[in-house]
Amino acid sequence: MIEVENLHKGFDGEEILKGINYTFEKSKTNLIIGGSGSGKSVLLKCMLGLLTPEKGIIKYDGKPYSEFTEDEKKDLSKQIGMIFQGGALFDSMTVEENVMFPLRMFTHRKKKKQNLERVKEVLKRVNLEGSEKKLPAEISGGMQKRVSIARAIVNRPKYLFCDEPNSGLDPKTATVIDQLIQEITHEYDITTIIITHDMNSVLEIGEKIAFLKDGVLAWKGDKSQIFKTDDETVVDFVYSSNLFQKVREAQQKGL
Amino acid sequence: MNYLHSIGEYFLMLKGTFHRMTKGSVLRGLILKELDDLIIGSMGIVAFLSFFIGAVVALQTALNLNNPLIPKTLIAYAARQSIILEFAPTFISIIMAGKVGSYITSSIGSMNVTEQIDALEVMGINSLNYLIFPKIIAMLFYPFVIAIAMFLGVFGAYAAAVFGGFVPPDLFVQGLQEDFIPFHLVYAFIKTFLFAFILATIPAYHGYYMKGGALEVGEASTTSFVWTSVVIIITNYAVTQLLLS
Repeated sequence: MIEVENLHKGFDGEEILKGINYTFEKSKTNLIIGGSGSGKSVLLKCMLGLLTPEKGIIKYDGKPYSEFTEDEKKDLSKQIGMIFQGGALFDSMTVEENVMFPLRMFTHRKKKKQNLERVKEVLKRVNLEGSEKKLPAEISGGMQKRVSIARAIVNRPKYLFCDEPNSGLDPKTATVIDQLIQEITHEYDITTIIITHDMNSVLEIGEKIAFLKDGVLAWKGDKSQIFKTDDETVVDFVYSSNLFQKVREAQQKGL
Repeated sequence: MNYLHSIGEYFLMLKGTFHRMTKGSVLRGLILKELDDLIIGSMGIVAFLSFFIGAVVALQTALNLNNPLIPKTLIAYAARQSIILEFAPTFISIIMAGKVGSYITSSIGSMNVTEQIDALEVMGINSLNYLIFPKIIAMLFYPFVIAIAMFLGVFGAYAAAVFGGFVPPDLFVQGLQEDFIPFHLVYAFIKTFLFAFILATIPAYHGYYMKGGALEVGEASTTSFVWTSVVIIITNYAVTQLLLS
């Protein structure tokens, strides 16, 4: 569980996050949605420790991040998996080396055999058997995302962060990635936080949704509530695509 | 103010590079890879340039020696002094600012724009140490490159002067040994070590702190070459003033 209390963050005098309060629950896919520039990525980077908030508290399982010692921060980072928007795979390394990387950094050399077995296990989990020796440039975008997922879960993390995990993918592959993330969340019993503005993802895996607008938490709920809400800002965002607009019109006509 | 900010940021980067060290076995592999990329990979161009620079220095000296009172040994003497004191350490370092410097900036810059640096940080790895420290260690071997450049430069001068018929071999060798001051070698290698550090760290700074996309990676490489060259030239002046004047 990750709790965010009164979080403020700004750049060059402009306030991006304006007092966010929210709890990301364990064993659930927690989605952060909102338009471009709403502060989603800044919130994620603050939670990851890549940005330091000006004000507010971020608690990991009840303990404020600001009270973590250097060793505790190091231990925490071992419990975090991250899926980046572009995959962020190391392009000079093969698929296997990429997935092995977090294990190689934090385990003894003598555990190489066990590490290799673990890598095989997670690659099998994300349906990437047989691609071990390929370079990221030699595989498709969807496969790169799956390698990224494999690398994120190889250390058995407690927290999984995903920054627009299905951006740039075709709808079918995007659904596969969404489902995979949700399955892993339940299987590993982890706190998963996903940034997205893809409403298909919201429909698919939105177990808990936080809607950000101009750095403020404008709405919270789940996928069943978001399509029923009368909140103007949420309605504007959710039904901004033609497809969802037509669905809404059909709903209103009782079709 | 921007310059002051950049200078401060550069020194903070250096501080960050030497703490929270990466695991030894991983670091060893990274250093070997950087040795291959930065040192071994530069040998070909350095050898080619050094040989021909040496040859041209000897040719120019020989062609401008019209006075019969000036001994022919001066050709070798002038070639030796210019190669050891300036051409090998400084000129080759400027060339390396283009070759090695651009490589360092673009490789770190590409990692930056594709969020690979963020990925390292999220995993709890000190990205400064992981990316820059192995380059600094690999560049400690840069003086070997310069030593080879010196040798090949003198050899090029010998080839041009002797095979070009400007001076007999024995006179060339005599000129090479004339008034040799060993401290000049010490001076050359002291500045080579400084240049090596500059070559590893200034391009790394430009790559690590660049913002933007692929186009900005190219711009950062150009800026890095300009600043690395400027700092090398200024350091060269300062070291020469301190050690030789």
